Order: sequence, then structure tokens, then C-alpha cells
Amino acid sequence: MFIRCSAAIAAMVLFGSPALAQGAKPTDPQIAHIAYTAGVIDINAAKQALQKSKSKEVKAFAQDMVRDHEAVNKQALVLVKKLNVTPEDNDTSRALSKQASDKLAELSKLNGAAFDKAYVNNEVAYHKTVNGALETQLIPSASNGELKSLLQTGLKIFQGHEQHAEHVAADLK
Amino acid sequence: MRRLTIPGRLLPVASAIVLVWTIVPACAATIEITMENLVIAPAEVTAKVGDTVVWINKDVFAHTATAKNGDFDVNLPAKASGRFVLKKAGSVDYYCRYHPNMTAKLKIEP
Repeated sequence: MFIRCSAAIAAMVLFGSPALAQGAKPTDPQIAHIAYTAGVIDINAAKQALQKSKSKEVKAFAQDMVRDHEAVNKQALVLVKKLNVTPEDNDTSRALSKQASDKLAELSKLNGAAFDKAYVNNEVAYHKTVNGALETQLIPSASNGELKSLLQTGLKIFQGHEQHAEHVAADLK
Repeated sequence: MRRLTIPGRLLPVASAIVLVWTIVPACAATIEITMENLVIAPAEVTAKVGDTVVWINKDVFAHTATAKNGDFDVNLPAKASGRFVLKKAGSVDYYCRYHPNMTAKLKIEP
């Protein structure tokens, strides 16, 4: 219930934010910013898990998240530099960051198995939401071919993480 | 009865043929499979026991080639490759532990 709510909020943030409202397509600089922010959020969540969790499996998963998202974001930085695009902050990025810092605060109060469960469940929900946004909004809106292709790789990575998180969640039960 | 004789000048050729004949079946193949943009290609490969499978990871992400039946678990760091010598026959589904949406199959003949 709780998880479903946070996913719903994230979905509202991504789909219903003023920046993207009224059918306005996000621009490439905005898309780059949103995608990069989404990666940073997951890295920060993973770093919290690496500090707090005692579970070998959860820690390994968190390490995978840091490694992959840092690799994607590194590629994103190379690409925006090459394309001479300056990522542009926008309401969607801001709302995502705000929601993520609330989540970090909430998870910081939990410990042990309760933390592990909440972290992994949130990872499933978060990746699901980001995948939805990538598929239905960010990828179709991207006008530059290289940006689109990086987002498509990002989508496959995120889909992999969603399945990986689901496996970890099943193991924790 | 006439004896079968090989003219002297053909002897090196004949022995070369015999040599190749003896070596080839023993010389196991190396099969290359790439992982690029989170896609394993070819997704299905037929090989023989004794063949070596080399997975070439062209991504900037680490992958693994992990058999569902536990036969192998090869780590493939970013931009690196890994290998495994096939030991037993069977049809083996494998995937990447980090990105379980990456799946493929090895058909191993005896």
C-alpha cells in the first residue's frame, strides 16, 4: 500500500508536473537533466543502503546500482558535452529530487530487515516508474538521435534493474 | 595383386591430408558471443562439448553469463571478455545476473 503510494506519487511527478503538463513535450536539455537526475537519485539511494544494510545480497544489489548508474551518467555527460547541450533544470527534475530526499529521510529511520525491505521495494517501484516515463514520454520526445539511443540503452538497464530488484525482493521474503 | 603405392612426390601431400584429418576433430572450436547495448548475440548458439565459448562484453556496464542450471557463472567486467569450456551436453539457458532481462541459450551437443 505504502509502496504503491510512493510509486503513484513518482508517476504523478513524472507525468503530471507543470513542466510536462498540457501536452508540452520536454526539450532535449530538459530530458537530459531528468534522466541524469533519475540516475543520481538511484545512486544516492544505493549509497544509503550500502551504509545501512547488513544484508550481503542487498549490498551487492546497491553496488550494482551505483556502478551502472554512474556508467550511464558518465556517458550522458560525454554526450551532452559532445552535443553542446546544457542540461536544463525543470519542474520534473525538481519534483523527483524532492520526492527522493523525502524517501531518503523516511528510510533513514528504518533499520535491519525493515530497511532492506523498504529499500528494495522502493527500488522496484522507482525503476518501474522511470521505465514508464522513459518509454512513454522521454524517449518519444527526444529529438536528437544519439540522446534517444542513450535513453534506449538506459531503458534496458533500468528494466534489468527492475527485474534484479524483484529477484532480491523475492529472496527477502 | 598390385600394391597400392603413392608416388614419392605426392607423399608430403598425402601425409599432410592425414595429419589434418587427425588434428581437426580434436581441435575444439572457439565460439564468440557478444554483449552489446544489453543484448546477447547470437541469442542461440549450437556448440559441442570441448568447445570454448568466449563472451565479449562491449558495454560500459559489467555483465555476467550465468547458467540457470548452475553449470557456469562467468564474470564479464565492462569492455572485457570471459570464457568457459563446455563440459557437458544439454540445452542451457543463461542470463546476466545484473540485468536478468539479458537472456540467451547454448545448445551443447555431445
